Amino acid sequence: MLDVTPRTDLPNAVGIGYKAQHFTDVMNAPGAVSWLEIHAENYMGDGGRPIAQLKALAERFPISVHGVGLSIGGEGPLDREHLSRLSHLCGWLNPASFSEHLAWSTHEIGFLNDLLPLPYTEATVARVSDHIDQVQDAVGRRMLLENPSTYLAFDETTMEEVEFLSEIATRTGCGLLLDVNNVFVSANNQGWDARAYIDAFPLHHVGEIHLGGHDEDEDEHGRPVLIDSHGREVVDPVWELYRYTITQSGPRPTLIEWDTDVPPFAELEAEAARAAAILSPVEA
Amino acid sequence: MPDQTTFADALLDADHPVPEGLSDAFGHKAGKRFDIYRNNVAVSLTQALETGFPVIRKLVGDEFFKAMAGVFLRAHPPEDPRLQLYGRRFPGFLAGFKPVRHLPYLADVAKLELGLRQSYHAADVVRLSVTGLTPEAVLVLKPILAPASLVIRSRFPIYDIWRVNTKADAPKPGTDPQDVLITRPEFDPGPHLLPLGGVDMARHLKGRMTLSEAMAPALALNPKADISALLSVFISTGALTLDRTDP
Repeated sequence: MLDVTPRTDLPNAVGIGYKAQHFTDVMNAPGAVSWLEIHAENYMGDGGRPIAQLKALAERFPISVHGVGLSIGGEGPLDREHLSRLSHLCGWLNPASFSEHLAWSTHEIGFLNDLLPLPYTEATVARVSDHIDQVQDAVGRRMLLENPSTYLAFDETTMEEVEFLSEIATRTGCGLLLDVNNVFVSANNQGWDARAYIDAFPLHHVGEIHLGGHDEDEDEHGRPVLIDSHGREVVDPVWELYRYTITQSGPRPTLIEWDTDVPPFAELEAEAARAAAILSPVEA
Repeated sequence: MPDQTTFADALLDADHPVPEGLSDAFGHKAGKRFDIYRNNVAVSLTQALETGFPVIRKLVGDEFFKAMAGVFLRAHPPEDPRLQLYGRRFPGFLAGFKPVRHLPYLADVAKLELGLRQSYHAADVVRLSVTGLTPEAVLVLKPILAPASLVIRSRFPIYDIWRVNTKADAPKPGTDPQDVLITRPEFDPGPHLLPLGGVDMARHLKGRMTLSEAMAPALALNPKADISALLSVFISTGALTLDRTDP
């Protein structure tokens, strides 16, 4: 049955990944854009234009804080300083939602700036759950955990990705951020059926949906590999998968991500309008 | 079963074999699939350096910069996820990187570019305004450099070098050493040429000395220093504050 418990304070409407170059457009004529998502790390300075812009935006729009550097899947302990910066940001901003990734990115040698993959095992469930408990305690709110785009598989994996995410949500009480483009990308790269993935996904835990563009490549065995680039428009099969998803889940806050080769605001707004046209008729 | 140390080592060094226990999910060992992650790391960190050091990039050329960034990012990956601060060690790296030994000013120009970014993200405070104050009243104030202000001493004409690579119609760089003050009035930081004695004076702007007292050691070290030029550069650019709250 469709669960109507609110998972975040974001509206069941369409947002975009905020880029500083769109500040004036967003403030003056947001069009189909109802809320904004920011990358937490970009707002961890002490002041200046980024913080001033964020304060102005937060007066007009619900804000989702999306972390890209916490390394929740890391084998080592969480970076306490980073966690405290995150907690500080969520403290003064009081965002409508906070989310992070199922991935690791930090190691003793430093921050590797990529969302690196994890083996799906009982041991990883335990470690990631433990980290999420610490994050939720430190930030003082429930977080959403995002499913990754992956390009390879671990021999030691014993669980399906969906089973893995469900188990973590159950243990920690965290919500899930369902990136439909990531489902499409990983399904292609791992040989899964994307719709079967959605069918098995615990949609009642989903507090937000992501949509974005990907690139196509090929591996050395001639197999197509999709790469989560966030550098172009959402492709038609991903729009279809989105429609399929929300038909089952009911409406969810939906985000258009476009992080590289960022287009003029009008193009991003057109993507948001396309998402809104699919989302609005869906009944809760 | 690759641990994250093995994974990370192989990510940063293409001569490392792809870790055991990783596949393409279709029965083959992960080859090019692993390279996608290698590429993501190298490309994204190179882009962060390109964004942070546009003048260095211009001075050495795109291709050389990419290759040099590849060496740097492997030796010094970011210390934390705030990429806007990435490159703190870049000036030191440039000072010791043999292929650029013929460009000895690069390290100081990189310090200037790094300083602009630090200033951009620094805390906002109320700047010292001297409107309505007599010169005598100004001289007994005990200001400090605002969080968004910093000074750089150089043996090279770094202000000219920065300017000729960022502004149209800027004059060709001279040969005299140039010290630089970086600050921002509101949001956009810029470098300002410091007059003789400026760096020495900045060192004493810690809130314990009056402006007049802070100038004394600078004048002692630089007998030709110009008092009004010194006062003017720090005050007119909004580099000072009386607010000592630590952000």
